[in-house]
Amino acid sequence: MDLQIALLIGQDGVTSGAIYALLALALVLVFAVTRAIYIPQGEYVAYGALTLATLQSGALPATLWLLMGAGLAVTVIDGVAAIRKRDGRAWGATLGWNVAYPAVLVLTLSALSPAQLPMALQILLTLAIVVPIGPMIYRLAYQPVAEASVLVLLIVSVAVHVVLVGLGLLFFGAEGSRTAPLWDASFAVGWMTVSGQQICVLAASAALIVGLYLFFEKTLYGKALRATAINRNGARLMGFSPVFAGRLTFLLAAFIGTLSGVLIAPVTTVYYDTGFLIGLKGFVAAIVGGLASYPLAAAGALIVGLLESFASFWASAYKEAIVFTLIIPVLMWRSLHSHGIDEEA
Amino acid sequence: MNPLNPPVLEVRNLSVAYGKVEALTRANLRVGEGQIVTVIGPNGAGKSTMLSAIIGLLRSHGQVCFDGRVAVSPEVERMVDGGMSLVPEKRELFGEMSVEDNLLLGAFHRYRSGERNYREPMAQVFALFPRLQERRRQRAATLSGGERQMLAIGRALMGKPRLLMLDEPSLGLAPLITREIFRIVADLRSTGVSILLVEQNARAALAVADYAYVLETGSVVMEGPAARLRHDPRVLDTYLGLGGKHQDMLAS
Amino acid sequence: MSGTATRAMRLLAGMSGRSIAAVKTPSRGVLAGLVLVGMAPQFLPEFYVTLLNYIGLYAMVALGLVLLTGVGGLTSFGQAAFVGLGAYTTAALTATADLPGWLAWAGGSAWLALLIGLALTALVAVVLGSMTLRLSGHYLPLGTIAWGISLYFLFGTMDFLGGHTGLSGIPPIEVFGVPLDEGREIYYLIWAFLLLAMLTTRNLLDSREGRAIRALKGGMVMAESMGVDTSRSRMIIFVVAALHAAASGWLYAHMQRFVNPTPFGLSTGIEYLFMAVVGGAGSVWGALIGAGVITIMKQWLQDVLPALFGASGNFEAIVFGVMMVLILHRARDGLWALIARCLPASRATVALDPSAAPLPHRTQPSRGEVILEAREVTRRFGGLVANDRMSLQVRAGEILALIGPNGAGKSTMFNQLSGVDTPSAGDVLFRGRSIAGLAARDIARLGMSRTFQHVRLLPGMSVVENVALGAHRRGSCGVLPAAWRLDRDEEARLLAEAARQLERVGLAEQMHEEAGSLALGQQRILEIARALAADPCVLLLDEPAAGLRLLEKQALGQLLRKLRAEGMAILLVEHDMDFVMGLVDRVVVMEFGQKIAEGLPDEVQRDPAVLAAYLGDVQ
Repeated sequence: MDLQIALLIGQDGVTSGAIYALLALALVLVFAVTRAIYIPQGEYVAYGALTLATLQSGALPATLWLLMGAGLAVTVIDGVAAIRKRDGRAWGATLGWNVAYPAVLVLTLSALSPAQLPMALQILLTLAIVVPIGPMIYRLAYQPVAEASVLVLLIVSVAVHVVLVGLGLLFFGAEGSRTAPLWDASFAVGWMTVSGQQICVLAASAALIVGLYLFFEKTLYGKALRATAINRNGARLMGFSPVFAGRLTFLLAAFIGTLSGVLIAPVTTVYYDTGFLIGLKGFVAAIVGGLASYPLAAAGALIVGLLESFASFWASAYKEAIVFTLIIPVLMWRSLHSHGIDEEA
Repeated sequence: MNPLNPPVLEVRNLSVAYGKVEALTRANLRVGEGQIVTVIGPNGAGKSTMLSAIIGLLRSHGQVCFDGRVAVSPEVERMVDGGMSLVPEKRELFGEMSVEDNLLLGAFHRYRSGERNYREPMAQVFALFPRLQERRRQRAATLSGGERQMLAIGRALMGKPRLLMLDEPSLGLAPLITREIFRIVADLRSTGVSILLVEQNARAALAVADYAYVLETGSVVMEGPAARLRHDPRVLDTYLGLGGKHQDMLAS
Repeated sequence: MSGTATRAMRLLAGMSGRSIAAVKTPSRGVLAGLVLVGMAPQFLPEFYVTLLNYIGLYAMVALGLVLLTGVGGLTSFGQAAFVGLGAYTTAALTATADLPGWLAWAGGSAWLALLIGLALTALVAVVLGSMTLRLSGHYLPLGTIAWGISLYFLFGTMDFLGGHTGLSGIPPIEVFGVPLDEGREIYYLIWAFLLLAMLTTRNLLDSREGRAIRALKGGMVMAESMGVDTSRSRMIIFVVAALHAAASGWLYAHMQRFVNPTPFGLSTGIEYLFMAVVGGAGSVWGALIGAGVITIMKQWLQDVLPALFGASGNFEAIVFGVMMVLILHRARDGLWALIARCLPASRATVALDPSAAPLPHRTQPSRGEVILEAREVTRRFGGLVANDRMSLQVRAGEILALIGPNGAGKSTMFNQLSGVDTPSAGDVLFRGRSIAGLAARDIARLGMSRTFQHVRLLPGMSVVENVALGAHRRGSCGVLPAAWRLDRDEEARLLAEAARQLERVGLAEQMHEEAGSLALGQQRILEIARALAADPCVLLLDEPAAGLRLLEKQALGQLLRKLRAEGMAILLVEHDMDFVMGLVDRVVVMEFGQKIAEGLPDEVQRDPAVLAAYLGDVQ
């Protein structure tokens, strides 16, 4: 292998590392705020990519029906509670977000022909469809067991993952899809060639990371989320409810996941179950950071990305095994640094 | 029953149980407009339990009327939105965040309802606790015990509460700082906020309060104007567990 | 044969969740069930026998998960990979025509392959466990996900394992020279394995090691203080669960006579967990119910759903996932708990043998000897000094009270003394030997025993078993003797000791009740009995009177006086002055982490510094 090939592979690794970094950040965030190990994070990647592909093919993506179905379920559950408390405003808000919004979306999409729309609008529509599913899932699957042990939340996560993958197969079939390129250009930088796609991925990841940083550092809602992660009871006493924190977190996680899907869709053939493996690589990265540190998780993501692309060059058959075996030294290292008995097990 | 003023808070028959153990039994209590009311009693009497139940951190039976609205087993978010604020015994600060951010979060519920002016209350808090202004960029975890308590009270004041509930503000603090905290609590009276003060340090609490309740093993066993209870030897008994022969000794 | 069978039935009948989660079981139902299992292949058509074979195989894996998840509070998504390890080991050893020379000795025999497969599985489980089990509970399942995926890919890529096409030509298992090559024949072997697994699991849980295992969920800090090595207990159940899975894989390979990677992937691993949770991870019966329900539903859904949706695929997963979420929301103990509620109760009680030989005692120190001593103990948390040069001594035959207002640093001091925490400076001596920095379980072994401020016991376990946990370090029988009931002699001695301590503290009447059903006062007494079962020379009691009624306090006081008279050294941290003053010999008063007074109760009570500490300064 000469330097040029190494650089090429390294470039690839950094690009996928950027995606893993985004996912790892979402996983750390969800765990810090809700204590849920969010296995279904990868499903947003697949849903995002496949929804965009469906839009580009001119059809209505089936994720719309999931949005409507989940919305209806939330409406029934929350609506009954709101009526019982005679809380008209809450009932209105529930109805608006969970019934009216999906309905408007369906009508808009039926009226337009999505394949003809500009790419940016297609991406926006994809986000509009998939991202709101996040908080609905929180409401339906997690909120009723929000106070349960990490173990129970983990099992719920696995169950939700299984459901979403099953639905993905139902919605999109077993065939994989690719979307139109985001930016069909390439540039020569020194002896390297950088594609427009790579620039898009890196720029979008960087923008998202900066955006998240600003959100958490500069806005009161962002600070309130951090506060919840640091001290749930304290945040509650400030009037910031854990339910709201959970929904907001799941919204952010869904946004990050869906956007990652949109970013990889032009270069990777995405199948209904592709998201899971991608999400797990995000997990390996998040574990490097002990599910607690954002910078370490991002660094871990770069390592995972690089390891993966070099492994696929040298021993492509063992690529996945090698990436997931990385978790072993990481766990050993963490294990050596742990002490004491953790009752929350 | 505390007779003065229209009540901001009225608690009727409040009971809390941890599993099979009842920690609070049918407690009744009133806090009037602009009053400082204290609940004193030995450790483990159920004082903190009472505050947690009033704000809704614990499930309870009985009624909590706050600002004219009646709630059964209230919800924390609603009580906070309505202007109730609790400074818990453990302070519950956001240790990895700056002093300033901690204070800002105290104004979160007002911010959410559209009231975005935080400069004025923050200036008030800084005027009350100049030490916090000096340390506003410091992480809350690095503060000393007294400063933490100041931050916890300041954070609660940022929400401009109608009722401020303080759980053991003197806990673990040296006498000088305790005195300082109580001086500030007394000063707060002039701002019009009503205060419900839970304390183990009975002398300090009775010195600052208008009215007092004595809690023992989950029940209110005594109540009256603070000035009167201050000289009631029975209050000492509940604390020191002194029966019979020791009573004379202490009375002398 | 029939004698053994009835004995097995009787043992199985006792295999209600009692030992696990106090679930009720009808013994007649079990008997009828066993007869039914025995007769099934005689009248059922081939299809159903095959279905039952699968249920048996799956239940065996799910049983391991019951142990891991329901009992131990851990979980694994990688059990399918362990099944694969068992299956591929036997496939490679029995179906490969020309094994390399160094492996030739292992080829040909299915039974030898079983042993090798189990050994290999145990090795992998120990390695995996030693990496993840010291970390918080969620690292194990994440580790098993990664391991499950890696192994799955390896099965598919290694040439000598046949790649994605797999290995065929696996011979049937032979039992006494009879090959089991029909579904109806291997059926008996599968169900014998399953019943044996259930029996040994139940035996294990009803033993010294079993009590330590049952303490993992919610009682680890307590168990460590009783001398239990909880990391070891976690490792035990992880390895046992893996072995169950590997055995199932071995049977599977010889039933199918063919293996490929598909059934050992992560999604199957998840399905096994679903079985355990849906059935009820708290009971050995949950594994059977869960495996049955999921297997039968899967069969049915695979027919119905593709027709319904007009597409082919594993859509049953959607139904299972939703079902799981609903079960976790509404019935976290699974279907078995729902069924058990409708069944008549039959609670077996632990058999006690008062004639069992007493356990050996340690030589108790002579009265007046200094047992526990703190020398200038300082503990800082960041800038906070929680304990500042604290010194105290506890002697055999005296009660010392450590008192002080809330927040004075008593609990921190208690943690320094009991080994939960390590002082920043200064030393803690136990009978002249420094114990600062020792693990809680090693301190327990030396003869220091404690109770907890917030009672820590296993509420679903009987009182006497809870107390027996205290005597953990006085026994030595491990997993294998327990599984095969070779530990009964020692077990009887441990239980007799527990019963003796219960009599000593006056709780003998409640011996067989569930610990969680006792009043708080009795639970505190139970903790003292548990501490005494360790045969200690000093008792550390953390706020023993908190939350007690007057009569309960009096009973507690009497008990402590009695123990003092027997020569025990007792240190208690208390804020209930009433309780302390009439009882103890000496008092140490703390405020702001420092000792502000020490002496006889009467002196301390008059001390102006103490009065100020408790009532505040006169302003």
